[in-house]
Amino acid sequence: MLALLALLCLLPPVTLAAEDFAAERRRMADQIGTMAAQTAFETARPRFDSRVMDALAKVPRHRFVPANQMSHAYENRPLPIGYGQTISQPYIVALMTDLANPQPGQKVLEIGTGSGYQAAILAELAGWVYTIEIVEPLAKQAEERLKALDYRNVEVQAGDGYYGWAAHAPFDAIIVTAAASHVPPPLVKQLKPGGRMVIPVGTPFLTQNLMLVEKAADGSVSSRQILPVRFVPLTGGH
Amino acid sequence: MKDRPPFIAIALISAAALGYEVLLTRLFSITLWHHFAYMIISAALLGYGASGTFLVLARSRLETRFDAAFVASAATFGLSIAPSFLLAQRISFNPLELFWDPRQALYLLGLYLVLFVPFFCAGTCTGLAFSRFRGRIHRVYAADILGAGAGSLGIVLALFAFPPVQALTLLSALGLLAAAIAALETRSGFVQFAALLAGAGLMAAIPAESWIELRPSPYKELSQTLQVAGARVVARHSSPLAQITVVESPRVPFRHAPGMSLASPAEPAPQLAVFSDGEGLNPLTRFDGDLAPLAYLDYLTSALPYHLKREPRVLVLGAGAGADVLQALYHRSPRVDAVELDPQVVALLRGQFAGYAGRLYERPELRVHVAEARGFVAGSPERYDLIQVALVDAFSVASAGLHALSESYLYTVEALQDYLGHLQPDGLLAVTRWVTLPPRDTLKLFATAVAALKRSGLPHPERRLALIRGWKTATLIVKNGEFNEREIAALRAFCRTRSFDPAYFPGIAPDETNRYNRLDESYFYDGATALLSPRRDAFIEGYKFHIEPATDDRPYFFRFLRWRSLPEILALKDRGGLPLLEWGYPVLAVALAQAVAAGALLILLPLPRIRGETGMRRGRVAAYFLGIGLGFMFLEIAFIQKFILFLAHPLYAVAVVLCAFLVFAGLGSLLSRSVVTALERATDRPLRWVAAAIGAFALAYIFVLPPLFRELMGLPGLSKVAISVAAIAPLAFLLGLPFPTGLARVGREAEALIPWAWAVNGCASVVGAVLAALLAVHLGFTVVVILAVVLYLLALGVAFEGTAAAPNGQPAPEPS
Repeated sequence: MLALLALLCLLPPVTLAAEDFAAERRRMADQIGTMAAQTAFETARPRFDSRVMDALAKVPRHRFVPANQMSHAYENRPLPIGYGQTISQPYIVALMTDLANPQPGQKVLEIGTGSGYQAAILAELAGWVYTIEIVEPLAKQAEERLKALDYRNVEVQAGDGYYGWAAHAPFDAIIVTAAASHVPPPLVKQLKPGGRMVIPVGTPFLTQNLMLVEKAADGSVSSRQILPVRFVPLTGGH
Repeated sequence: MKDRPPFIAIALISAAALGYEVLLTRLFSITLWHHFAYMIISAALLGYGASGTFLVLARSRLETRFDAAFVASAATFGLSIAPSFLLAQRISFNPLELFWDPRQALYLLGLYLVLFVPFFCAGTCTGLAFSRFRGRIHRVYAADILGAGAGSLGIVLALFAFPPVQALTLLSALGLLAAAIAALETRSGFVQFAALLAGAGLMAAIPAESWIELRPSPYKELSQTLQVAGARVVARHSSPLAQITVVESPRVPFRHAPGMSLASPAEPAPQLAVFSDGEGLNPLTRFDGDLAPLAYLDYLTSALPYHLKREPRVLVLGAGAGADVLQALYHRSPRVDAVELDPQVVALLRGQFAGYAGRLYERPELRVHVAEARGFVAGSPERYDLIQVALVDAFSVASAGLHALSESYLYTVEALQDYLGHLQPDGLLAVTRWVTLPPRDTLKLFATAVAALKRSGLPHPERRLALIRGWKTATLIVKNGEFNEREIAALRAFCRTRSFDPAYFPGIAPDETNRYNRLDESYFYDGATALLSPRRDAFIEGYKFHIEPATDDRPYFFRFLRWRSLPEILALKDRGGLPLLEWGYPVLAVALAQAVAAGALLILLPLPRIRGETGMRRGRVAAYFLGIGLGFMFLEIAFIQKFILFLAHPLYAVAVVLCAFLVFAGLGSLLSRSVVTALERATDRPLRWVAAAIGAFALAYIFVLPPLFRELMGLPGLSKVAISVAAIAPLAFLLGLPFPTGLARVGREAEALIPWAWAVNGCASVVGAVLAALLAVHLGFTVVVILAVVLYLLALGVAFEGTAAAPNGQPAPEPS
């Protein structure tokens, strides 16, 4: 049994050709599209924006995960990326991106770069993406990765995200994937009127719900909490 | 004289094995999470059962070379303790990926197998001794459990004196010392003795830190925090309660302020982070006497009571490193009593970090008590304007449901009644919890408060309750009186200026419940009003989470999973549905399933080898040892729970109760032959009387202990320990009789079945421990005790005494 275990750990990661990955990626995007329709009630969106779905079908997620996880890159599940961090479940990435609703020409701030996957998706959709990562080695890896994939509209910074990125503020959308005990007030200030901030609430591998903070044209702020799934807590409810 | 069982070695091995079991819980609580520790260890303990199975198969060969086999097993036990844990750490098991990654199940199996080795060796030693010294089973068993009793107390003392990794090598040394003494006791030779003794000395002398390093999961909060540039550990202390780590992060400040309002004009003050077993960030706030930097504490949901009652006298339960105490000071409380369970945390604020914290815990308006919350409240004659129950558990742990099966006496109906009883007229009880969606603990807490008010005979609960929520925390207020207009207006203003939503207060309108942090439905308001209405029971029953209030008999506040919701939740996995599941509960069920499966295998596997046995039939032997194995664990676990509340401390209770249980059972075993012989003069079915006595004591305790405990709760700690030991002694003594008496009879009538009986007993103990916990969740501890009594009656009265026993008296002759 132990020998079998040892063997399992030593197995080389399955290597797939680029075209196999592309096919898997399309399958994953299709799967997520179907799920989006099923949870339309909770998320209040009948489907995810087609641009989000296109981005999902385009960004090579396998380039954002460690080599030993590459064969799982297009499964709809969170994956470890080292340093105690994870790359979110693609369905959650799609939902967060859809809620943030980045448009061409817009500026987006991301707190918690992680692998850089979410930043790449945002870069496909927005004008400029500014992303801050608290763990220095992760920031460096993400920066190199995004450069290698030729994302020229993404800027990565290592450091503290609490005060946002004043030099490029205000932002049309902000995504805060770093766990926070509260919503940093400086980030709310850096949100443009009409802007949206999305914060996943949860723990590694588990996103409990999504907090959506919206700033109205008059500057007033409201928030919503969105469950990623349809789960009516009361039997016979609805 | 040569043929004397190696009593000292048996006792030492048993002490070290029990110590190792407790230590593993500690080690895995630091590196993983507590409930996984439980699952892993229960599997490893099957090593005892496996040793019995092994001995059935290998008995004939080993028994003729008893001395060598015993010493070798003991030495392997000692040598395997540290390496098995080190190897276990190398297996990259990540419980958080269990539902995603099929390989994790294999890793888990690997963990079991690696950790199983020491317990298997320890079990082999004892099992061999039973088999070899059939005439002195009662003494071998006495040595075995007296040793275990000493081990249960010894490990707690050791963990006060040494860090956990050092305790690991010391246990290893103890195992080797046992082997050395075994060499002496069996006269295996001086060379063996000297070599093993030298090994023990070496193991004890080498600093453990030089070769053993704990590797906590990278997903624990502490591990993640230490990834941040500039973050470093500034203090680390360890006790049997927890490992406390203090971290400073100068480049990226902590700013811990759970659920702070978006409208807060202030940012959190500078903080150090205090972690307990690598989880549950508890802020140690920099304070210089100036209250202005604490303004952010007024923008948490927990600040609400200070807006309803000015300058209250406060009791903070779960003071930790002082955040809630500072909140009270910020609101100008003239007197604060702060209760904290862990003396290490209090010591931080009185010692190394006293200056940083502005000598907070030495301020004249403050009294700090190192105590468990329930025990403190029960023993206190004071009444307060405000009792503040802090958010003691970590968000990450709470939201993953890791506590699902931890007993908590903080949030039971009786607890809330106690708190209410210590409020001044119009005083407030405030309890803050994390928000989970759809709501679980908040609604359960609300239901608990309603039940407590009703049970206390207070009229109109609906006029005494208020609940508000932010996006991350919710605060419930229970008033010792009815809310008035002024208070309602203050609550509305508090919520309006902080963008919090009221979920309930007397006279609330539905349209004011979902304004600032909108949910797709007013879950909290709908739940609260339903829980106050006549459809309360139907609502609780129809809810997909378990929100029935916890009680002292079923103290599982954190259990929310209902089995009927499980298929729906699992089906939602791909859409992010897993957070709806609490892990603690299914994990325990898995632990039970694997224990039952492995136990059945271990018991059935050697059956062909013992087919030809005459005398006592196998079914009868199995039923007897299954019954007493399960029954013993049921009673032990149930009474540990009952005494935890009385001794007001989870750790001391477990150490004292377990030690007393084992020591008095050991005495029972030692005297079992005399007791049974004496009984035989009066009756021809002596064990029926033993069963009846066990039943009488256990059932009497169900009725006598709760009122007795309530009366005596206020006594000083040592008196309570003495009372507990005195209460346990007679029952435990009786529980020590059945095993040696039964095994001695097996020895006389079907000696080849001795190791098999040992296997059955070993497996039954593991299954019994897990099953007791699961039964307690559903039925309460009272039912667990009743079931134990039934098991004893069946085992002793039917399985053993069903047919007349063979003439008792003289011990069977022993092979030389």
